[in-house]
Amino acid sequence: MYRYDQYDQQMVDTRVAEFRDQTRRRLEGKITEDQFKPLRLQNGLYLQLHAYMLRVAVPYGTLNSTQMHALADIADKYDRGYGHFTTRQNIQYNWIKLEEAPDLLADLAKVEMHAIQTSGNCIRNISSDQYAGAAADELVDPRPYAELLRQWSSFHPEFLHLPRKFKFCVIASDNDRAAMRLHDIGIQVVQNDAGEIGCAFYVGGGMGRTPMIAPLIREFVPLDQLITYSEACLRVYNRYGRRDNKYKARIKILVHELGKDEYARQVEEEFAHLLEQGIEPPLAELERIKPFFADPAFKTGLPDKADRSDDQFARWVDSNCMPHKAPGYVAVTISLKPVGGIPGDASSAQMHAMADLAKDYSFDECRVTHAQNIVLPHVEIGRLNELYAKLAEADLATANIDQIGDIIACPGLDYCSLANARSIPVAQKISQRFEANGKGELLGTLKLKISGCINACGHHHAGHIGILGVDKKGTENYQLLLGGSEAEDTSLAKITGPGFDEAGIVDAVEKAADVYLAQREDGERFLDTYRRIGMDPFKEALYA
Amino acid sequence: MKILTGNDLMTGLVTWWDGQGWSPYVDNAVDVGDEAEAILAREEAARRVNSGYAIEASLDENGKVRPAHIKDRVRALGPTVRPDLTLKPAEPEALNWVI
Repeated sequence: MYRYDQYDQQMVDTRVAEFRDQTRRRLEGKITEDQFKPLRLQNGLYLQLHAYMLRVAVPYGTLNSTQMHALADIADKYDRGYGHFTTRQNIQYNWIKLEEAPDLLADLAKVEMHAIQTSGNCIRNISSDQYAGAAADELVDPRPYAELLRQWSSFHPEFLHLPRKFKFCVIASDNDRAAMRLHDIGIQVVQNDAGEIGCAFYVGGGMGRTPMIAPLIREFVPLDQLITYSEACLRVYNRYGRRDNKYKARIKILVHELGKDEYARQVEEEFAHLLEQGIEPPLAELERIKPFFADPAFKTGLPDKADRSDDQFARWVDSNCMPHKAPGYVAVTISLKPVGGIPGDASSAQMHAMADLAKDYSFDECRVTHAQNIVLPHVEIGRLNELYAKLAEADLATANIDQIGDIIACPGLDYCSLANARSIPVAQKISQRFEANGKGELLGTLKLKISGCINACGHHHAGHIGILGVDKKGTENYQLLLGGSEAEDTSLAKITGPGFDEAGIVDAVEKAADVYLAQREDGERFLDTYRRIGMDPFKEALYA
Repeated sequence: MKILTGNDLMTGLVTWWDGQGWSPYVDNAVDVGDEAEAILAREEAARRVNSGYAIEASLDENGKVRPAHIKDRVRALGPTVRPDLTLKPAEPEALNWVI
């Protein structure tokens, strides 16, 4: 994985020193909260319901074991012994003291990490496929391109004060595991008819209060023009994106209002201008980055089967292991969704355990997924049994990936100052219900996503089943949505009808699941059945 | 009744105006009547509270202060999904008060 050079380290160290001074001045009363707030947010420090919350960037979700150990140590030293992995492949700490935040950032910098660009109207941490470099179906490893974009976007002076926040995603497979078309810019690394590698640009997607699927703006951008084209996309947005209304300030609104063809035309015009300026970094920089993401030393001649005599283990293999490009290996997803647990939360002990397992079983590497789980990308099939046993010791062996218990949930009203309703208790009750009724495994692939407000951090628009918590005259109410997908068949979920209270929404999810079980045809997922039979049968069951 | 809440500047922890200072316990909150703006201006200037604001509340049948909105009741107790991290870890039934 990428390692900082002297410039990266100096940038991060300098920022820590700067924030230390800003914090000192705030605590001494030399600057007001109004003056300090944008400064702390530029360092990922929010003020949430109960305390300060720090969001730490995990570029394209990739961590080594040293970094994961450091995240665990931070949970113990500065927080209350746990962290929350987010839908942006980051980690958040919920109980940070302002006076200690500079020391925390200094500890992060020691392991080449920071909290920059995890807040504010700038280009945010860049997300990617959690199986990058491991997946059997990818064209190339997308992370060198994500890293190049990270370096370009870090402290980019022109884009530090955009109309609104801006999210990139880079993938390199036709199978989208990163919700690529629900980003401001989604990039898919592709190959053209001449066999050249380049990038397809999808611009203007997003969730939030106005969900939109990004349209394809350009089919092929040559690799040696990646940064220039990205800059052109941002420039048009920065120039014409709305700044009068924060709810209409995202690039999706601009692309929608201009129309994708007109937006693309303006980008092409700016692109031609920028090409003359020669802003593209030399390809040598990309070539410098690529070796950091070279394949580890995969062994050959490994067994391609594990001992499946233990039923629990076999279930876990079927659910949590993903085909790997190297024979004899799989990518293992560690579920952070135990039955009745808090989606995405991990204790410091669990983080230490995952770090040790990454070192011992996965070439010192792990990944954070947008579904709030952790991946060990390169695990020998022949060692799966012992890995499973060690995961079980750490309460990390839940077998439910992409099943109804693998729920994405935002922190909701239990932690978040923006939320209108609690998300986590609903997730807990649903996972408990489907464990108790035994339908969880029967349902197969069923992605359920819960947001506690319209900002959609829980990706409810993209859930096969989505749940949106709203405030109904001072009480929590939950809308049910069906038919969303964040994958290559991207679609936006539709609301079924009137909302439900907390108990009612759990019943409603079970009723929707029952409609699927009664009407599915061979091989159909919940989403496939919904698309075939439409909303009406579900409405009849829900509101009869 | 109108009560004042905010966060401690250094720790960020939730705090309530008790008439003389800031308390972590909502039960200690007092009705500030028309004094909210003046108190908040003074206390924020002195850095004794951060991001303070006034909310509506009432007294329940036991004479305990109950914020009108669920968001402030969650703030008053702690995250309902982590009883061990609330102000009343030994009283899991306290979570019912939030809802």
